[in-house]
Amino acid sequence: MLKISHLHKTFNTGKVNQVIALHDVNIEIQKSEFVVIVGANGSGKSTLLNCISGSIFPDSGSIHIGNCAVDHLREHQRSKWIARVFQNPLSGTAPDLSILENFRLAALRTSSKGLRIGITERFKNTVKDRIAELGMGLEAKVHQPMGSLSGGQRQALTLLMAVMDGLEILLLDEPTAALDPRSAETIMKTAAKLIANHQLTAVLITHNMKEALAYGSRIIQMAEGQVRRDVTGAQKTGLTPSNLYEWFL
Amino acid sequence: MEFYLTAILQALCFSGLAIGIFISMKIFNIPDITTDGSFTLGGAITGVLLMAEIPPSLSLLVVMSAGALAGAFTGFIHAKLNVNPLLAGILVMTALYSVNLSLMGRSNIPLFNISTLFSPAFFLQDLNQNTFIVLLVFVVVMLLVIGYLLKTDFGIAMRATGNSETMIKALGVNTNRMKIIGLAMANSLTALSGYLITQFQGFADINMGIGIVIVGLGSVIIGETLIHWLKVKSILTNLVLVIAGAVIFQLVLAVTLDIGVDANLLKLVTASFVLLIVSLPRVLSVQR
Ligand SMILES: Nc1ncnc2c1ncn2[C@@H]1O[C@H](COP(=O)(O)OP(=O)(O)O)[C@@H](O)[C@H]1O
Ligand SMILES: [Mg+2]
Repeated sequence: MLKISHLHKTFNTGKVNQVIALHDVNIEIQKSEFVVIVGANGSGKSTLLNCISGSIFPDSGSIHIGNCAVDHLREHQRSKWIARVFQNPLSGTAPDLSILENFRLAALRTSSKGLRIGITERFKNTVKDRIAELGMGLEAKVHQPMGSLSGGQRQALTLLMAVMDGLEILLLDEPTAALDPRSAETIMKTAAKLIANHQLTAVLITHNMKEALAYGSRIIQMAEGQVRRDVTGAQKTGLTPSNLYEWFL
Repeated sequence: MEFYLTAILQALCFSGLAIGIFISMKIFNIPDITTDGSFTLGGAITGVLLMAEIPPSLSLLVVMSAGALAGAFTGFIHAKLNVNPLLAGILVMTALYSVNLSLMGRSNIPLFNISTLFSPAFFLQDLNQNTFIVLLVFVVVMLLVIGYLLKTDFGIAMRATGNSETMIKALGVNTNRMKIIGLAMANSLTALSGYLITQFQGFADINMGIGIVIVGLGSVIIGETLIHWLKVKSILTNLVLVIAGAVIFQLVLAVTLDIGVDANLLKLVTASFVLLIVSLPRVLSVQR
């Protein structure tokens, strides 16, 4: 489903502050696989995700989604396969637009935004039904600006927005890092449910070891821009907190 | 009284400019000062075409397209060449000065005995009433078109571009293209104002656009204050209040002239007035 080959990325090439963010990264992810990525700060996790989404371009290497080489496609063009949830709850939504307007845009992620009024009564009811499933009572607030909600509420809605339109790959970069533990748990449960229900291929970056153990079918550790460990299946399920702790020694 | 009526009519002429600045500054969050140039461009083309006896309707099309082109240039320089938007605007504005001068062939085109948009219609002999009705039609049509546009899927994507660029890129929008379209729209409306003012005052002048961006900014800022006070959410009402802002702005300037302030000081008064409304909320909140 997603094939990353020989990816290299260096920032500030040739300057004193040169950083090698990715060095020969090779990862092949199967359809419906749920990959968790862990690794120290600065190990290149976000850079990898940004290369996949097309918000930055690697220096060399290639990325395939299905059979399609997407290297020349920009972020808005790759959005027909990819939806994202960002670390900052503010990044995934537009604060001054209403919840409904945010959802309208999300529902059109893979198609053009034309000159017609798409927020109909029917669309509104669809959105309300979806939001009601979160059990946060937000369905009564669809006309409120997104900015009036808490970080946890916005992050939950960002997740729902991701599945408003067809997608293959869901990228989550520390989606719970800015949240309190209770909201974080709700978000992770919602994410896992959506990933399972829609059989999504998902990549989750997390710093939370409990999350890394509890979720996903595969775990990758990155260090200094490279893949250090890659554990799947029964081995992943069998990991204990102390195993994981040892990885970071 | 006549004097204040003129101010209101002038404000209605400026409504395109005000909505244009609202689009670039409030919706796209881009400080665009192509305005001075595109306003004069609108005036210059109007002068030249009406002198050549091209009908006002056709001239309007040319004016709005030219304004859009000017804005698209600024948008292109900013979005595609990665130039700071202020600088991009200054560049295009400066270049437009020469363009306008070449178009006009001289620095002033008076429209004596030329039939304009405001020439008396056969059913209305009162010139002011006639002008008022014509301008009102323009303003209402503009409000309906822009108000509708901003509610469409495309319009929502436009608003999101200025509000959360990270999000809207991830949702499949080419934000560079969007910014170019936005600035084209804004400057097309600004050129429309140049078109209206030229016919209203009866001449086009190479300097008619100097400092005009402040008129738009002032109107938008007054409009925004009203929007905050009244807690308005509807986009259409937002636009109406921006035009109300333009009217209030012109009325305040009319009052200053009426109480005997030297007309040469008008730009100074304008700038001070805008400074006052911008800083007032801050000054008040510091005291609290
Ligand atoms: N836009 C950038 N410009 C310069 N350096 C960057 C940029 N983005 C990331 N880096 C550097 O690349 C390295 C990897 O960063 P990142 O991928 O964000 O790490 P992680 O997400 O694993 O914490 C870090 O040293 C970071 O400082
Ligand atoms: Mg990171």
